[in-house]
Amino acid sequence: MPLILTEEQTMLKEAADGFLSENAPIAHLRGLRDSHDADGVSRDLWKAFGEMGFAGVIIPEEHGGSGLGAVEAGVVAEALGRTLTPSPFFGSGVLSAKVLVDGGSAEQQGAWLPRIAAGEAILSLAVDEGAKHRPSAIATTAERSGNGFKLNGAKGFVLDGHVADALIVAARSENGLTLFLVDPKTAGVAIERTVMVDAHNAARIVLTDVQVDADAVVGTVDGGEALLEGALNLGRACAAASLTGAGDQAFQITLEYLRTRKQFGKLIGEFQALQHRSAHLFTEIELARAAVIGALQRLDAGKDPAGLAVSVAKAKAGRVAELAVQEAVQMHGGVGMTDEFDVGLFMKRVRVLNELLGDAAFHSEKLARAQGY
Amino acid sequence: MTDLDAFRAETRAWLEANCPPEVRGPLDSDEDRVWGGRNATFKTPAHKVWMDRMGARGWTAPEWPKEYGGGGLSREEAKVLASEMRRIDAQMPLSSFGIWMLGPALLQFGTEEQKKRFLPEIVRGEIRWCQGYSEPGAGSDLAGVQTRAVDEGDHWIVNGQKVWTSYADKADWIFCLVRTDPDAPKHLGISFVLFDMTTPGVSTKPIVLISGKSPFCETFFDDVRVEKENLVGTLNRGWDVAKALLAHERTMIGGMGMIGGGRPMGQVAGDSVGVDADGRLDDPMLRARIAELEVDLMAFQLSMERVGDQVKAKQVSPAIASMLKYYGSELNKRRHELAMAAGGSDTLEWESDRSHKGGAARDWLRTKANSIEGGTSEIQLNIIAKHLLQLPGA
Repeated sequence: MPLILTEEQTMLKEAADGFLSENAPIAHLRGLRDSHDADGVSRDLWKAFGEMGFAGVIIPEEHGGSGLGAVEAGVVAEALGRTLTPSPFFGSGVLSAKVLVDGGSAEQQGAWLPRIAAGEAILSLAVDEGAKHRPSAIATTAERSGNGFKLNGAKGFVLDGHVADALIVAARSENGLTLFLVDPKTAGVAIERTVMVDAHNAARIVLTDVQVDADAVVGTVDGGEALLEGALNLGRACAAASLTGAGDQAFQITLEYLRTRKQFGKLIGEFQALQHRSAHLFTEIELARAAVIGALQRLDAGKDPAGLAVSVAKAKAGRVAELAVQEAVQMHGGVGMTDEFDVGLFMKRVRVLNELLGDAAFHSEKLARAQGY
Repeated sequence: MTDLDAFRAETRAWLEANCPPEVRGPLDSDEDRVWGGRNATFKTPAHKVWMDRMGARGWTAPEWPKEYGGGGLSREEAKVLASEMRRIDAQMPLSSFGIWMLGPALLQFGTEEQKKRFLPEIVRGEIRWCQGYSEPGAGSDLAGVQTRAVDEGDHWIVNGQKVWTSYADKADWIFCLVRTDPDAPKHLGISFVLFDMTTPGVSTKPIVLISGKSPFCETFFDDVRVEKENLVGTLNRGWDVAKALLAHERTMIGGMGMIGGGRPMGQVAGDSVGVDADGRLDDPMLRARIAELEVDLMAFQLSMERVGDQVKAKQVSPAIASMLKYYGSELNKRRHELAMAAGGSDTLEWESDRSHKGGAARDWLRTKANSIEGGTSEIQLNIIAKHLLQLPGA
C-alpha cells in the first residue's frame, strides 16, 4: 500500500483541519486556559466532534461510529496537534474506544460506544502510575471480593480523568492484568485534576478499596495485557501523529517568520545558517511522517503485532517534534519566549505528547529488546 | 486471492528455484558487488547465473517497460519483488549506474532509437556505464564544466578532463557533460552525450583514496570523436538531463546504507562487545546509540518508500531526492561510525584475513564520500531550502 493518504483519507484530513481551524484554533486553548475554565476542555466541542464523525472514527458503524481505522484516527490526531486543541479524543475516542471495541461485552459496547461516538461521553484509560510510562510495572491491585473485585492503587497522567464519565482501570489480578470499567463516583475513588504544562488536563486518581462487580471486567480476567497493549499501540501511533502535526505546524510558523523578519537589512531566511537548519528539520519531519503513516497502516493491516513500527514512529516523531519546537523558539529569538507568540505553546504540547504512552527512550529500548540486543 | 497475492506466490516460487545459495546473505564487502559489463568479474559463478537469470526476466530493472528489456512491473509489484528478495536475503543481482542513473534519464529524454539500443544491454548487465560530471574546476558548482565539445558537422571533438569518475577504468561507456556553447550562460551551454570508453583519446587514471581503494578516476579526453546521434535531449540543454539524472543518483546514494539485511547491528556488536546476563549489549551507551540509529534507519527506509509513492502520485517536487541524499548519506556515515565502535580494535586491522583485509574499516572510510559525491550535504540543504521551502534568496 502506498505510504500516502487515499482520496477519502485526504478528504477527512481536510475536514478535520478545516473544522479545527474554524472552531478550535489556538485561541480556543488560550481561552480555556486564561479563563481558568472549570473543566479545561469543552464538552460542546466534543459534541461537535461527534457530529463530524471524528469522535467515533474507529468505532464500528453499528455503534454509531465511522467504522474507520488507525490511519484515519491518526489523521484526526495530527489535526489536533496542529491547533493544540484540548480534546477527549485521545482518552475516549482512541484509547478507551479501542479497549471497548476489542474487548468490551455487548452490554459495555452498547452502553458506551454510541455515546463516545456522539461526543456525549468522556472515558479515560488509567494506566500510568509513576512518573514514567511503565505498563509492565502496574502495581494497582484487583483482589477478588464479593461478587467482583476490590481495587487499590494510584494512577496518574489519566487524560481528562477529572471529567470522565467512566474510567477504564488497568490493575494486576491474580495471574495477569485485568481491565475494569469503573464509575468515577464509586466510593473510594478520589480524583484530582492536574492542569498540565500545555494547559491540557489529566488527573491523579487514588483507588481505595473500590468495589466493582464482576461485569465491570473488560475482556477477560487476567487477560488484560494484550487488550491494553492493542489500545496503547493505537494511542502511541496517534500520539506520534499528533507530534508530527504539532512539530510541523511549529515549523510552518517558523518558516513564515524567516520569510518576513528582517535584520541586518535582510530577511533572516536569507541567511544560510538558518536555511540549512530549516532544511535539516524539513527532512526530519518528512522521516517522522513516513514512520507515522507506516505504523498506522501496519496497525490497520494487522502487520505489527509487536508494535515495533509503532515504537519507531513514536520515538522518531517525538525526537523530531522536540527538535522542531527548539528550533521554532530559537529562530524566533526573544519573541519566541513570549506567551503572546504561539511557538512556546507548541513546545509545551510536544513535551507532554513526548511523555505520553512512552517517550523516545522507552520505545528505542523496546526496539532494542525486540531486535535481540 | 488478489492479483498481488498471486504475484507474490509466483515470485516466491521463482526466487526459491532460481536464486542460488551463494548469493543469499549479506555482502562481506562492497568489493563483492556485481557490476556487469564487458569485463565483468564475479565472486562466484553463481553470481553470474543470478545476474543472467534476473536480467533475462528484466528484474534487474523491475519497473522499466518490457519493450526496453525491463520487468514491466507496477510499483506495487516491484515492492513485492523487493520484499520477497529481502525475505531470502538475496543480494542485488546487478549494481549499475546504467540502471540507477542513465536509464531513468534515457526513459525521460532519450530518442526511441537510443532507448532500444542502450536500455536492454543495461538490464542484462552487458554494458557498464560511468558518469562524466565533476571536473577539477567544477565540483559543487557543477554547471561550471569546461570540457569542450567542438562541432565538426556530423560529430563533435571533445577535449578536457573529468574527475571523481566512479569506476571509469572499468566502465565500457560514459555519459558525459560537455560544453557545446562556451558563450552562453553556464547552465545553457552544456550538452549531455554518450560515448564508448574505448574511443581513441580516452584515458583514465585511478585515484587512491583514504580507504586504500580506487573507486574513482581522473578521466582525460584528448580529441575524442563523439557521434551526434549520441546526444541525449536537446543541444545546449544538457543541464535539464543532468539535473534529472542527479535526482536519480541522489536517491541511489541516499539508499546505499539500506542495502543488506542480515542480523541487526546490535546483535553483531554483541559478538565483539559481549552481552550481559539479560542478553543486553554489554555497553549501555553504545547500545543506546545503536537503538537510536535503528529507529532512524527504519524511519528512513519508510521515507524512501514514501517518496517513491509521492513521486508516482505526482505529489512532490523532484528536488525531494536531495532530502533522501542528504539524510541517507549522513545516516550511512553514522552507521559505519557505530560499526567501527562496535568492532573495536578488531576492525582496525588493515591487512589481516581475520578482518577481511580491513573490510569494515575500508567501507567505513568509503562512506565519508557519500556526503560529498552526487552533491555535498551542504548543496542538498541549499536545494531543499530553495526548492522545497522557498526561503528567500536561497
